[in-house]
Amino acid sequence: MLEIKNLHAELEDDSEVKILKGLSLKVNPGEVHAIMGPNGSGKSTLSYVLSGRDGYTVTDGSATLEGVDLLEMEAEERAAAGLFLAFQYPVEIPGVGNMTFLRTAVNAQRKARGQEELSAGEFLKVVRAKAKDLQIDADMLKRPVNVGFSGGEKKRNEILQMAMLEPKMCILDETDSGLDVDAMKLVADGVNALRDAGRSFLVITHYQRLLDHIVPDVVHILSEGRIIKTGGPELALEVERNGYADLMAEAQA
Amino acid sequence: MMPRAKLKAQKVEAAQALLADRTLPEGGAWITKARNAAQARVRDMGLPTKRDEYWRYTDPRRLTDAGVVAGALHDTKGEPLVFDQIDRIKLVFVDGVFDEQASDPLVLDGVEICQLSQAARTDLHWARDLYGSLDARAQSPVERPLASLNTAYATEGVLIRVTGKPQKPISLIYLRKSETADAMLHHVIRVEAGAEATVLENGPIATRFNQVMEVDIADGGTLHHIRAQGRDHERVGSAHLFARLGEGAHLKSFTLTANGALIRNDSIIWLDGAGGSAHVAGATVGDGAFHHDDTVFITHGAPRCESRQVFKKVLRGGAVGVFQGKILVDQIAQLTDGYQISQSLLLDENAQFLAKPELEIYADDVKCSHGSTSGEIDDNQLFYLRARGVPEDTAKTLLVLAFLAEALDEIADSAFADDLRTRLEAWFERRG
Ligand SMILES: Nc1ncnc2c1ncn2[C@@H]1O[C@H](COP(=O)(O)OP(=O)(O)OP(=O)(O)O)[C@@H](O)[C@H]1O
Ligand SMILES: [Mg+2]
Repeated sequence: MLEIKNLHAELEDDSEVKILKGLSLKVNPGEVHAIMGPNGSGKSTLSYVLSGRDGYTVTDGSATLEGVDLLEMEAEERAAAGLFLAFQYPVEIPGVGNMTFLRTAVNAQRKARGQEELSAGEFLKVVRAKAKDLQIDADMLKRPVNVGFSGGEKKRNEILQMAMLEPKMCILDETDSGLDVDAMKLVADGVNALRDAGRSFLVITHYQRLLDHIVPDVVHILSEGRIIKTGGPELALEVERNGYADLMAEAQA
Repeated sequence: MMPRAKLKAQKVEAAQALLADRTLPEGGAWITKARNAAQARVRDMGLPTKRDEYWRYTDPRRLTDAGVVAGALHDTKGEPLVFDQIDRIKLVFVDGVFDEQASDPLVLDGVEICQLSQAARTDLHWARDLYGSLDARAQSPVERPLASLNTAYATEGVLIRVTGKPQKPISLIYLRKSETADAMLHHVIRVEAGAEATVLENGPIATRFNQVMEVDIADGGTLHHIRAQGRDHERVGSAHLFARLGEGAHLKSFTLTANGALIRNDSIIWLDGAGGSAHVAGATVGDGAFHHDDTVFITHGAPRCESRQVFKKVLRGGAVGVFQGKILVDQIAQLTDGYQISQSLLLDENAQFLAKPELEIYADDVKCSHGSTSGEIDDNQLFYLRARGVPEDTAKTLLVLAFLAEALDEIADSAFADDLRTRLEAWFERRG
């Protein structure tokens, strides 16, 4: 599904700041991979570079989605190709209604894929059902995108967007941070409901707790722009117990 | 710096030169009196210059120059006029001249409508105490010679007296067919106590125009005013909106401005009775040779009134936007609630926004706030939309409309707001 090879990225404005330094990983269809790693190790940068945010220069390496070169595409083309990023910090957009936003996005992607646009009625029906599962009330759908939403509401709104867009490759950047225990369960249920053989997940998190709910197939440790260790769910438990120091030392050696 | 006396002499001289070979139009006693008085004001004040305090950002010369007025007509490529889908009574002006054939009969329950040219011939008319009176009163503390020039020489316009709650809006449609028309329009609207109406204006008016609308809203009356100054690029003009509001009266005025080489809109609002409210809003989109100036002066002359000024401008390609907004709170106007916001979204480095917000407060128990900002499209918001699959152009249009939303929200009836929003969307889509 997603294949990243030897990815190197630096800041566009300051080529001295090299953030990704030879990152490789491969996510097969239907798999859930988790990425853990210290603050500033490059997790969000990876998600931005994959989804096409301006401001970074890829100096080496490649990233493909189902064999198609992601790095050559515009952000919106990557989305239409099936890539989704749940933002670590969802953006507030005053003046744009959440519902308008969702419908514009869904229909833009359908159009890009040569599918017919959803009618207002059809759309409303689907959105209401999915919002209900995530306990997002009608009022939140009417309000401007993320404006005045609590941290947890913003994260649930990200999952709602994911559920509506039905992407193939979902990257979740710290979707668990800022969530209370019940909300975390809700979000995890939302993610699990979407798990199937044709859809993959890359879950960025600092906490093992999320991985109790969304059980990963593979866990990667990212440090200073590279994957320093890859293992099964037990690797997350190890991080939870011992932190990153040992793993980093091991990688240095 | 030129000494004041010399500057004044020049202004007066310019007025004399302009008026030298113009005679006042013929008319009944009441209007002749108003025209004479207005002409005297112009002679006395002189013409505006860039050295006047409220003309610093906008050069008024093109609005009064004696030279040939000329500008190409705009090909709208068959796009229907704004408000086309709305049931209304239509009053059509072509190059600033009333077109009876194209207009609906001036009959509507709850309102009396009459052409200025006809009323001017009568000896007695309900508008006799109003025509030119708000213009005259508003000459202090800021001189407005263009308005008085209009009061003196305008022969076209409508006089609207709202006595009830007419079911349909009154729609003034300004078509432009000549490349050289220099038009003056003077409208008077009187909303009687407790009455309520909606007045729409749309169209380019003329190659050069000088428009005045005097509005008097009696106690408890309400006027909705929605204006779309769009289309033709090659035209210049000035529009004055004067309004006096009685006790508990309400005014909501919204203007959309698109295109036009130089458009100056003055709104001079006088809250004259307790508990009134005045909302004045504007949404502007400008590209290229576009200079647009909103100058607002709101006087709180009575207690417990509320006023809002919401002005948003989206500018690109060398367009210039100006906002000058003042809230003046008289000593008796306790418990005033005044709000003013002016914001611009600059789509490239060539666009320019000039703002001059002012507060002048003589009462001690008031709540007044104002703010002015200038910014660009937010990269984070743009990326967020694109990451959800929204193409860049669509995403930008969405963000621009979101920026304008606070101004459009000032329109009470969403049918009008939706119509204007669609026009704005198309304006951006045409530009990509
Ligand atoms: N636009 C930028 N400007 C300056 N520095 C940046 C920028 N983007 C990333 N960085 C730097 O690159 C490094 C990696 O940042 P990134 O946000 O990817 O880390 P992260 O692993 O997601 O951290 P966290 O766990 O705190 O979310 C940090 O040192 C960060 O300061
Ligand atoms: Mg991060």
